[in-house]
Amino acid sequence: MPSTRAIRGRIRSVKNIAQITKALQMVASSKMRRAQERVEQSRPYAEQLRELVSRLARVTGEDVGNLALLKQRPVRNIGYVLITPDRGMSGALSSNINRKAATSALDQQKTFAEQGTRPGVEYVAVGRKGRDFVMRNSFHLTAEFTNYGDRPSLIDASAIAQVATEAFLNESVDVVYMVYPKFINTVTQQPTVAQLLPVQPPGDDSNAGHETIEYIYEPDAASIFEALLPRYIDVQVYQALLETLASFYSAQMVAMKNASDNAKDLIQDLTLTYNKARQAAITTQILEVVSGANA
Amino acid sequence: MATHTTMHVEVVTAERELYNGEADELIAPGTEGMLGILPRHAALLTTLKPGTLRIKLNGAEEPLFVSGGFLEVSNNQATVLADTAEHAEEIDQARAEEARRRAQERLAQTTSNTERAELQAALQRAIERLRVSDIVRRRRGPRIEMPQQEQ
Repeated sequence: MPSTRAIRGRIRSVKNIAQITKALQMVASSKMRRAQERVEQSRPYAEQLRELVSRLARVTGEDVGNLALLKQRPVRNIGYVLITPDRGMSGALSSNINRKAATSALDQQKTFAEQGTRPGVEYVAVGRKGRDFVMRNSFHLTAEFTNYGDRPSLIDASAIAQVATEAFLNESVDVVYMVYPKFINTVTQQPTVAQLLPVQPPGDDSNAGHETIEYIYEPDAASIFEALLPRYIDVQVYQALLETLASFYSAQMVAMKNASDNAKDLIQDLTLTYNKARQAAITTQILEVVSGANA
Repeated sequence: MATHTTMHVEVVTAERELYNGEADELIAPGTEGMLGILPRHAALLTTLKPGTLRIKLNGAEEPLFVSGGFLEVSNNQATVLADTAEHAEEIDQARAEEARRRAQERLAQTTSNTERAELQAALQRAIERLRVSDIVRRRRGPRIEMPQQEQ
């Protein structure tokens, strides 16, 4: 049994850890609420935009195939935009996203290998955790965006989208996927893979009443569509960023709550051991005194 | 319920919602020219250039700056999807003035065509910002009472 002094030291250090995790838990929970609000606020715009894109895709019909951002082509290289948190202390969140990206890339390569091609994979890392992962595994990293903070703006997202779009347009990659943790609720974050490029116009999920409206287009449907698509990509990235932040803070909150609870349990166990050790020491001393007096 | 016909107007950016309510008239800077939208306007879809968006209701007016985006009108509902948008009160005049001066200076020096186009756009944005903010300073009419939005 360790000495009482050693146990006292451990109790003190665990108490310190508990204090820190408890503080971080509270910070994370308030930041999570704000991150969630931001996700909510971005929704009206994103929904309207999605509706416009799907409507214009229907209206422009065959002409659509000519737009560079929509063009499917044989895949020789795959691009991944890997969106992860900048910081840790969030349990398994970062490694789950990274694993999702890596397995998705492997699956893709396997599928193409069956068709006789072997496409390369390139990464654009957003967030430090993803960048570190890509570097550690010596995957091909084309760009990195780190320290995007708590309030990324549409301009930040637009910069990321532009890197992906340029790579797609100059044919260094032929398809771009985005991997990010979808925020489901406080305890669940779902690492998700979504195709960013070529743009797949969303299906029409609104009621069919819209179909019959004949729009006046100014200047014309095709040019509006062309102007709309880059925005659509920006917003997809922007929303993914916001969801990543909401996921990160909720994962951090849960992880820190678990850590605080564990610390509390540990303190209880250690206190018990400490008291036992103390009693044992006293008993031994009494025994020594008694046996000394008897002798 | 108003006795006359109004339309519903929504102004949203990716970051927030700036206006969501009724209006008698909407004046928007379309790329093909200024547009006046009245209630029961025909379905319309257009791109916007940097400029002033005016929403009018019961003689009151709400001017907004938009840096570009899209306007959709259908079913007596006008939706403005702005790249960025600001209430006139939010515009920092000194900053806009500074941006305009900088853009003008650099425009005089640059030779590259792409840079020239970018600076022209920046200059345009600064000028329009100042214009919107001027409207408010000289305003006589009342503001539109905005429905309270929860924070």
